[in-house]
Amino acid sequence: MEKLLVADNVSKSFGDYKALNDISIEVPRGSVFGLLGPNGAGKTTFIRIINQITMPDSGVILLDGKPLQPDDIQYIGYLPEERGLYKSMKVGEQVLYLAQLKGLSKQEAKIRLKYWFDRLEIGDWWNKKIQELSKGMAQKIQFVVTVLHQPKLLIFDEPFSGFDPINANLIKDEILKLRDDGATVIFSTHRMESVEEMCDHIALIHKANKVLDGRLIDIKRAYKSNTFEVGLQTENKSVVSKLIEEQFEVFPASFKSINDELQYKIKIPANSSPNDLVGYLTSKGQLNHFVEVIPSANDIFIETVQNN
Amino acid sequence: MNHLPLIIKREYINKVRNKSFIIMTFLSPLIMVGVFTLVAYLSQLNNDGIRTISVLDESGLFIDEFENSDGLRFNILTDLNLSDAKKLSELSEDYGLLFIPKFENIEDVSKLVTFYSEDSASLQQIDDIEDVISEKANALKLKEAGIDAERIKKLRIRVNAKQETYKGKETSKLGSILKLAFGGAAGYLLFMFIIIYGNMIMRSVIEEKTSRIIEVIISSVKPIQLLLGKILGTSLAGITQFLAWVILMGVFSVLITSIFGIDPSTTQSPQQELISQNVDGGTQQIVQDLILEINNLPIANLVVMFLFFFIGGYLLYASLYAAIGAAVDSETDTQQFMLPILMPLILAIYVGFFTVIENPHGTVSQVFSYIPFTSPVVMLMRIPFGVPIWQQILSLVILFVTFMGTVWFAAKIYKVGILMYGKKASYREIFKWLKY
Repeated sequence: MEKLLVADNVSKSFGDYKALNDISIEVPRGSVFGLLGPNGAGKTTFIRIINQITMPDSGVILLDGKPLQPDDIQYIGYLPEERGLYKSMKVGEQVLYLAQLKGLSKQEAKIRLKYWFDRLEIGDWWNKKIQELSKGMAQKIQFVVTVLHQPKLLIFDEPFSGFDPINANLIKDEILKLRDDGATVIFSTHRMESVEEMCDHIALIHKANKVLDGRLIDIKRAYKSNTFEVGLQTENKSVVSKLIEEQFEVFPASFKSINDELQYKIKIPANSSPNDLVGYLTSKGQLNHFVEVIPSANDIFIETVQNN
Repeated sequence: MNHLPLIIKREYINKVRNKSFIIMTFLSPLIMVGVFTLVAYLSQLNNDGIRTISVLDESGLFIDEFENSDGLRFNILTDLNLSDAKKLSELSEDYGLLFIPKFENIEDVSKLVTFYSEDSASLQQIDDIEDVISEKANALKLKEAGIDAERIKKLRIRVNAKQETYKGKETSKLGSILKLAFGGAAGYLLFMFIIIYGNMIMRSVIEEKTSRIIEVIISSVKPIQLLLGKILGTSLAGITQFLAWVILMGVFSVLITSIFGIDPSTTQSPQQELISQNVDGGTQQIVQDLILEINNLPIANLVVMFLFFFIGGYLLYASLYAAIGAAVDSETDTQQFMLPILMPLILAIYVGFFTVIENPHGTVSQVFSYIPFTSPVVMLMRIPFGVPIWQQILSLVILFVTFMGTVWFAAKIYKVGILMYGKKASYREIFKWLKY
C-alpha cells in the first residue's frame, strides 16, 4: 500500500531528556493509524513534529514522498489533546479565522462551515460565544475546525475525551467517513476499545522507542498463542479433566453457558493443528464451545509495555 | 503563507471590541477631565470668599496704602488699643488683624509689624502685606534722606540676560522649561504606553495558554508570526485608544467648560506660575517668546526621533512582556518576572526627570541615553536640548540591535513556553528552554 506519511529515524531531545529515539513509522494512505503508548512515551512530541510545531534533532518526515514544507500545514488537520478555543470569540468568526489560518479563503470557509454546521446540527450556534457553550458543544466546534479545510492527513489526539457516548459515536462515524472519503487518520488514544474498532495499523511507542508497528491484524496474529477456549460436556468430568490436564497446557476459563460442562483454555504446540484438538475433544464428549483466543489490543499493549 | 495581516486584524478587533477596553476608552478621559474640573472648582471655591483684614496702624503712615481688591477687603481701625482690636477682629470673623505700632525710626518697622489670625495665615497673603509695607517704608526713608523716590523708580535698570549658544541660537529660561516639557511629555508617554499595552500583550498571551487554543493555532502559523501579530495588533489597539483619549478629553473639557463654566486649564501648576514669574512684560511678550522658542526647538528632529525611539523602545519591552506571558501559567505567576522589566523603566524615568533636568548633557544622562533599556525615555528627554545627530543614531542602532536580540530571546521562550502547561517556570527553567 502507498505511504502517505513516512517518518525516517526521527530523534528529539529536550536538554538531557530523550523524547524520541530513532523513530521510523510508515502510515499507509487511507488507513486509520493508531499511535499508542503509555503516558510520557513521546507520542505528543512525535505528533508535534509532524505538525512542525517542534523540529526534530535528526531524521526527516516525508509527506507524499517529499520532505515536509512549512506550507504543508494546509494538508494536515490536527486536534491536539490540550485543545481549546478563544472563549470570548463568537463561534462563526472563530472558525472562519482558524480556517483562514489554514489557507482557506473566507468565502470557501463559509460554504464548508455551513455544510458542517448543518451536518452536526449546530447551525444556531454561529453567534454564540464559546464560553456560553458546554464542553461537549465546544468539542464539536473543535472537530469542525480540524476537518474544515479537508486535509489529507488528520491527526486526532484523544478525540473522544469530553464527549458523551452518543456524540463520541457520532464523531467516530465522522472520522471513519472521512477515512472512506480518502483521508488518512493518525489516531492517538488510550482507549483500547476504540483502537480495536477503528485502527487498521498501529504503532506502539514506549520510553521514546518504537516497540511495535504494523497492521493490527498481523500483530494479533503474531501475538496469538494457539490458545482455544473450549466447553466440553461429558458424563465423566473428573476423569476427562484429568486426562486433558495431563495432555495439554491448560488455563482455567469461565464463560457463560447453559450447559453443565468443563471449561478450559487450552494451549496447543505451534506445530499441531486445532483440528487435532477438536478430534481429541470430540472423542471425549460433546464439544459445545470452541473459540480461538485472539489477543485484544489491550492485552498486546499491556504485554508489550511490561516486557520492555 | 503569510498570516500576519490576518493575525493582526484578529488581535486588533478582539481588543477593540472587548467590553472593558471600550469602557476604559470612554471612562478614563471622563475621570481625568472630571478630576481636573473638580480640582479647578475646588481651588476656585477655596479663593471664593471675600477676606477681611483689619488694620490697626498706630503710626498712621500706612493707612492709605492698603487697597481693596476682588477677594480682599481692608478694614481700617482707629482709636482702639491692641487688645480691643484683637477682640473685635476675632468677633467679626476677620481673616486676620494687621498691627503696626508707633515707632521712632522707620527702620524699626521691619521688626515691629505683627499679623494676628485664627490659624497660620496664607504665605501669599503675608508676602503681599509685607511688600506693601516695605514699599512704603522704603519710600519714606528715601524721602527722609532727601531723595526723590519717583525719580529713582524711573532710573532703575532691570537686567534681563539674553541666552545664546555659541552657534548663535537664542535660548532662554522659558526655552529650557519648554524643552523640559516636550522631552518629559515624550518620555512619560512612552513609559505609560509600555506599561499599559505591554501588560495587555502579556495577558493576551496568557489567555491563549489558559484557553489551550495555542496548539491549534501554532499548528497553522509559526510562533514568531503569532508573536509579531500579537504585538502589532495590540499596539494598534493601543494607539487607537490613545487617540480616542486625546479626542475625548478635548470634547469632555469643552463640554464641561460650557456646561459648568469652569475651565480646567485655569488650574495653575507651580511650573506655570514659575513661567509667568520668570517672564516679565505681559502676555504678548510671553506668546512672542513662546513662538520663538518653539521655532528654536529641533522640531523635525524631535518628531522623527520620537517615532523611532517610541517604536524601538515599545517593541523592545513588548517582546519581553510576551515572553513573560509565554513562560507563566496565570497572571499571578508574573510577579517575579515583572521586576526586571519595571526596574530599568522606572530608572529611566527617574534619570530623565532628575538628572536630565539638572544637566541634559552630563555623563549620567549620556550613559543612560545609550543603554537600550533606558535610552528611549532618556534620549527623548535630551533631544529637545540639542543632541548631536551621530549620538542619536548610535543610540538608535544600539536600541534596534538589542531589540533583535530580545525578539530572538522572546521568540525562543515563547516557542517553548506556550506549550508548557502547568509548569511553574523559574529563571533556571527558562534558561534551559533557550537551548532547546
